Amino acid sequence: MVIRRKIVLHFPQRSVDRPIVFRLIKDYDLEFNILKASVTPDEEGLMVLELRGDRNNYDAGIRYLTKEGVRIQALSQDVIRNEERCTHCGACVTTCPTSAFAVDQETRQIQFINEKCIACGLCIKPCPPRAMELHF
Amino acid sequence: MLKTIDEINEKIKRGQAVVVTAEEIIDLVKEKGSKKVAMEVDVVTTGTFGPMCSSGAYFNIGHTKPRIKLGGGKVYLNDVPAYAGFAAVDVMIGANALPDDDMRNRVHPGEFNYGGGHVIEELVAGNDIRLIATAYGTDCYPRKKLETWINIEDLNEAVLFNMRNAYQNYNVAVNLSDKTIYTYMGVLKPRLGNANYCSAGQLSPLLNDPLYKTIGIGSKIFLGGGIGYITWQGTQHSPGVVRSDNNVPKRGAGTLAVIGDLKQMDAQWLLGTSMYGYGITLTVGIGIPIPILSEEILVHTSVADKDIFAAIVDYSDAYPNVKPDILGEVSYAELKTGVIHLQGKDVPTGSLSSYSRAKKIAGTLKEWIRNGSFILSEPVAPIPSADSGLRMKLLKERPIDETSG
Repeated sequence: MVIRRKIVLHFPQRSVDRPIVFRLIKDYDLEFNILKASVTPDEEGLMVLELRGDRNNYDAGIRYLTKEGVRIQALSQDVIRNEERCTHCGACVTTCPTSAFAVDQETRQIQFINEKCIACGLCIKPCPPRAMELHF
Repeated sequence: MLKTIDEINEKIKRGQAVVVTAEEIIDLVKEKGSKKVAMEVDVVTTGTFGPMCSSGAYFNIGHTKPRIKLGGGKVYLNDVPAYAGFAAVDVMIGANALPDDDMRNRVHPGEFNYGGGHVIEELVAGNDIRLIATAYGTDCYPRKKLETWINIEDLNEAVLFNMRNAYQNYNVAVNLSDKTIYTYMGVLKPRLGNANYCSAGQLSPLLNDPLYKTIGIGSKIFLGGGIGYITWQGTQHSPGVVRSDNNVPKRGAGTLAVIGDLKQMDAQWLLGTSMYGYGITLTVGIGIPIPILSEEILVHTSVADKDIFAAIVDYSDAYPNVKPDILGEVSYAELKTGVIHLQGKDVPTGSLSSYSRAKKIAGTLKEWIRNGSFILSEPVAPIPSADSGLRMKLLKERPIDETSG
């Protein structure tokens, strides 16, 4: 069975200079699409990936990453809307490159469609009540 | 005149007043006609919830032992400077105030994470606020330094006083330049990347009483989740702008100055707000009841988004340089579809004013009037209307040199 998942990888400082993601293609036959990467020498690295491949290969690839000391999070946890602070104004709608915000035409409330979010963070600062939070 | 405010208040007290929101009235008038509905409906409630920059609060913190005279000294609330130009322990803070050490736009665009608007929100939420003050000391007010926590509960008075709120219509902001700009109308992407608007449209108070026939000085309103009053026309009140046949202004026009006791307000409706690359403001919830005293007043309240037009303005050049050119006019119904057509492009729209919250305010006010807990007030004086010819003026700068003046 082929699956597709968006995940966030946190690389420990010591592994930044090793070709870990490359092995996912070579040894586990996984396709990937890098949505965001921030890898600086001597610092913890961060990468947001969309991984696609056979379920068994995917699971084996994740096990490999974990063994290498990479911490893995499901992407949907990363950008969170603070529902108490959100006023449903709609300032976020045009900031999102993947259309993860939609206006409900009936209620005029703003829906945050988590599955479309690539955690780019572009909505964080333009949100007037600062209701969008990036959690890594 | 069909009814008086006194007669409507008698019905409210008996629990018999017919109250609908400015959204509900639209279909009602379409179905039954304005003549009939004007007889049936007593009050139409409006609402708006958007960033309103000229907002502020003043309070009296109580005298210290020994006494201190803050007036003429310096006062900080959570590191945000407050105005200390009044008597001993009266302090005022404006929504736009920023901590002295804020980066502002030194690194562009500045983040503007905390300021006066947030202090007001926290005060209303019941949080302790850190007050640090210095004064020069006098024989009768000898103390020179004060560092203390203050809480809204302990203040003698805590009053919201906003000199300009509830703008009657507003610009639609776009960016014609080649770089992203950061404005009080939000982040505007280059080459017409987006269009931001800021009005509750058909629910907005002054768009439902475009000639200020019922809204005047002394009108009792929903303000910040509690009760407030209109004290005056707001600053920049400009009723003389171009209007549609339905009397609705097509540009920013009337404004209101409002006041109310902060102690009975709710932080949910007074929200500290950060405009990225611009500054801090306060998002304010306001709802105004419109008594249906005549068929004309009713017809005005039945205005719909498709009949309210706003001007599209380029914020990369026309706005900052005060050029009169507009790129066109567009209705709120078009804006709300999520895309407008401009210069051959489909431009996605975003709103800075929350329509769903405006609706909640109009609904809350409707409930208050229905259950008899909110009685209407009779304005004591009108605010200047379209026939006053009043228009906002620009500053006529007069260079200062040593020979003049």
